[in-house]
Amino acid sequence: MAANAVVSVKHLNKVYQSRDRRVEAIGDLTFDVDPGDFTCIVGPSGAGKTTLLKCLAGLLAPTSGAILVNGHAVAGPPAEMAVVFQEYGRSLFPWKTVRENIELPLREKKIAKAERTRLVEWQLSGGMQQRVAIARAVAYQPKVMVLDEPFAAVDAQTRADLEDLMLRLWTELDLTVIFVTHDIDEAVYLGQRVLVLSSSPTRILDDVFIDIPGTRSQAATRIEPGFAELRTRIYRGIQEAKSAARAASEPIKS
Amino acid sequence: MRGAAVELALPLALLVLLFVVSSNSSNFYFPPLAKVLDRFDTLWLGQRFLGDVLPSLGRLIGGYVIACLVGIVIGVPIGMFRPLRRAAEPVLEFFRAIPPPALIPVLVMLAGFGDTMKVAVIVTGAIWPILLNTVEGVKSVDLVLDETCRIYQIRGASRLWNFVLPSASPQIVVGMRIGLSIGIILMVISEMFAATNGLGAAIIVFQRSFEIPEMWSGVMMLGLFGFSLSIAFGLFDRRTLRWYYGMRDLERRS
Repeated sequence: MAANAVVSVKHLNKVYQSRDRRVEAIGDLTFDVDPGDFTCIVGPSGAGKTTLLKCLAGLLAPTSGAILVNGHAVAGPPAEMAVVFQEYGRSLFPWKTVRENIELPLREKKIAKAERTRLVEWQLSGGMQQRVAIARAVAYQPKVMVLDEPFAAVDAQTRADLEDLMLRLWTELDLTVIFVTHDIDEAVYLGQRVLVLSSSPTRILDDVFIDIPGTRSQAATRIEPGFAELRTRIYRGIQEAKSAARAASEPIKS
Repeated sequence: MRGAAVELALPLALLVLLFVVSSNSSNFYFPPLAKVLDRFDTLWLGQRFLGDVLPSLGRLIGGYVIACLVGIVIGVPIGMFRPLRRAAEPVLEFFRAIPPPALIPVLVMLAGFGDTMKVAVIVTGAIWPILLNTVEGVKSVDLVLDETCRIYQIRGASRLWNFVLPSASPQIVVGMRIGLSIGIILMVISEMFAATNGLGAAIIVFQRSFEIPEMWSGVMMLGLFGFSLSIAFGLFDRRTLRWYYGMRDLERRS
């Protein structure tokens, strides 16, 4: 399994060290993502999800442990990876048209031209901006697509549309997706597999295989008994993580 | 249309008022406006335009363009690299604190009374707001956009051109606007100090030979000179920063 994993995380540990403070964000994480997987990562807020993602994307160096993408250790952002950030408004270049935003990484990579549109980035709604960011990521033809809470800031209807867009892209384009979210329903709906993280210092609490067969749809999938069961299991896991974290942070009385 | 009428109303009213009030003036130093306008017509719309206005404009543009180029070229690396910034900032603050006219005697000694001296004076004054604003603009680039560049392997010259310069451009343009006003002031001062032609020289010559209406007409010409440059700069500003103003207006409306 590890032999052909696209992304392989081995004993990842990340400590933020400043002059007088030491915060262990990620304790010890080990997991593999196989080619073509749709893996969702959920965890309570402050679980170091963003830290994990930045380490995966080569934007932050781990304190110890290793991350392999396509068998190579990550030292900087790997060329075969695209990332979609939560802050769509700040991840597109406002001085460029939609077309130029999508084309820029392709020009760097020397790939053929994309469809032209004259709309300018900041004139679009949030949902449309995130679509452009996803389009840019897809057009880049990455092996791995990493998304950091991409739909956290859009309205519910748009969110459902974007989730289905992600599923369609994943099936049609044979992508490997790592999707970070704080929304358990979203994780179960989208993923084939959900990794549940503990509070910081982060460990993996649960590795859930989502065995909901067939094509997923917003109306039908969410009312299946399997769906409810899985979301309950993950929900409980996260609640336990939260109370454990609270207990740990409380002063010990004797 | 109505906006233009409102904007023109006050200047016109002031002109008419001045015209009427000064019409019977027998004060040697404040001649009737009619007389000043008459001199303006004969002096500045003919030979003097070629002989004085154009040389002034040439010096200003020469000095200003050099100040912009050098300011941006030096400011970008200082803004990008923190160690360089820490090393350079105290020195920059010191040089900025020297009033540029104080350098005229020094520059006369070094470069003589010719155009080189005047251009050098304009450069030494106009460069500071441009340089410091470039440093500030480059320093405060958006973190998410920066990470987007890293993810999509946008580096080196392409990063500079597609990301750093456009995102610093609103701030750079602010610096350029301040630099232009300083440049005009220094152009006049350097010409008053030592020149055979140019607007500043003309005004001083008229004053010394007690040709008061001519002197006033020169002041008027200088006002129009600065005003036209300010309008030209406004057009340039609106054009290069269209994305920025559009985005800002949209944010204000929502």
